[in-house]
Amino acid sequence: MPTPETRPFFDGCAAGELRIQRCADCARPYFYPRPVCPHCGSFNVAWFTASGDATLYSYVINHRPAPGFEAEAPYAIAVVQLAEGPRMMTSIVGVPNTPEALELDMPLHVRFERRGELTLPVFGPAGASRETSASRESGATA
Amino acid sequence: MSRGAGVIIAGAAETDQVGRLPHTSTLGLHIEAARNALADAGLTTRDIDGIATVSAPGPVQVAHALGITPTWVDGTGVGGTSFLLHVRHAVAAIRAGYARTVLVTHGESGRSRVGAGGWRMDPSSPAGQFEAPYGTLGPTTTFTIPVLRYMKEYGLTHEQLAYVAVAQRKWAARNPRAMFRDEITVADVFASRMVAYPFHLLECCLVTDGGGALIITAADRSVEFPKPPVHILGTGEASETPMISQLADFTESQAFRLAGQAAFAEAGITTADVGHLMIYDAFAHVPIYGLEALGFVKKGEAGGFIAAGNTEPGGALPLNTNGGGLSYTHTGMYGMFAITEGVRQIRGEAAAQAGEPQVSVVLGNGGMFATAGVLVLGRQPR
Repeated sequence: MPTPETRPFFDGCAAGELRIQRCADCARPYFYPRPVCPHCGSFNVAWFTASGDATLYSYVINHRPAPGFEAEAPYAIAVVQLAEGPRMMTSIVGVPNTPEALELDMPLHVRFERRGELTLPVFGPAGASRETSASRESGATA
Repeated sequence: MSRGAGVIIAGAAETDQVGRLPHTSTLGLHIEAARNALADAGLTTRDIDGIATVSAPGPVQVAHALGITPTWVDGTGVGGTSFLLHVRHAVAAIRAGYARTVLVTHGESGRSRVGAGGWRMDPSSPAGQFEAPYGTLGPTTTFTIPVLRYMKEYGLTHEQLAYVAVAQRKWAARNPRAMFRDEITVADVFASRMVAYPFHLLECCLVTDGGGALIITAADRSVEFPKPPVHILGTGEASETPMISQLADFTESQAFRLAGQAAFAEAGITTADVGHLMIYDAFAHVPIYGLEALGFVKKGEAGGFIAAGNTEPGGALPLNTNGGGLSYTHTGMYGMFAITEGVRQIRGEAAAQAGEPQVSVVLGNGGMFATAGVLVLGRQPR
């Protein structure tokens, strides 16, 4: 559920853009959205659109699904490192969610999926289709 | 009391039983633990002027239920390590003269959920917005995420991770109160159900009911109590992140390291002085991170150190001698049980007594590497 401080991120997702913030003083990007730079403490911050490029930093493959995820299990819960530096939790799509297929540091690129009322960033193998997924299902089986 | 004056744990006890206790509520477990700790210290509720516990039910409810009207209250609630922070805060309060005799209680109907209320993540919190939408469901799906990064960076093997559970079961086998007491092998761990790859069921903590409580007071009152004093030589606390995805480095815990450094510095000890160690073990990787953060081994060495037998019965560094959260008990906020085992080892009254340790170190974790507390406990004053 977005808050006023995070709404631009979700508006960006709906528009197919990964919008995050960076400090206008120290120039370092950061995530999650908030009106203060965690690196230098400046309150002079601004939104920008990230490249969408990322690498797989770590993950688990969850066998005990959360409500609403029963059909997906087992599914990966991953943390990716954006090319700009910040990390975020995400789902991995377009590749089997298996230890064999999910190699740490593999290059990824953002895609967007509608889940309920929100559009969220998910990540799939770089170089594969970068078309916006219309639904969670098409993303998971691409 | 002046700054730096001695403070002790004068009483420490757990509920009569730990495990499956469907006939006792969360509040009932607090009360039973308090009763037992007061008896251990030879005190009554009339002697208590300070109270500390987490919400819920919270310090006001626990104090009122016991008929105590405290003039010092601490409701710090930062997960399973909260009780270590309560001890630290109680030390400061006693030194400052704000409290004379503090009761710290834990009770949790974690398994039976009697009088335990519900739990729901706020969907508008940062974690609710940026983690929950990806299918997280509690600690098994979040606390576990860093370890694959650690395994790639430092070569920790699946066998070494599994062996953490094997080593701790050896201690549990010597503890009649432990929920799981049959010794296991790495093959048994691998054969147990996959919960969240790479974690099998036996690499995840139990979920139990139980409680514990402590009585904290000034060291110059030691002669008033029936049990030998356990001196609180040093304490530390720190927090790092409310979300696992934002842990700065997935191969280490800053909170563990900072809390440990503060506690060791105050106590004036090094790792060589430590004869007994408790490290909160919600999952098998947490003792690995803890051993490295506290400086007992170098980065990347803890898995091999445990697999070589150093922390099991007969090893040089007895670790999690009650069997830990993996085999003894884990109510949800396990930290109290790490403290009570440290107290028993210093007193020489543990079920699986590890020699005569002069110094016991207790490292507590809260949340998913979110917070940490460290206590250095000793037989002798500093």
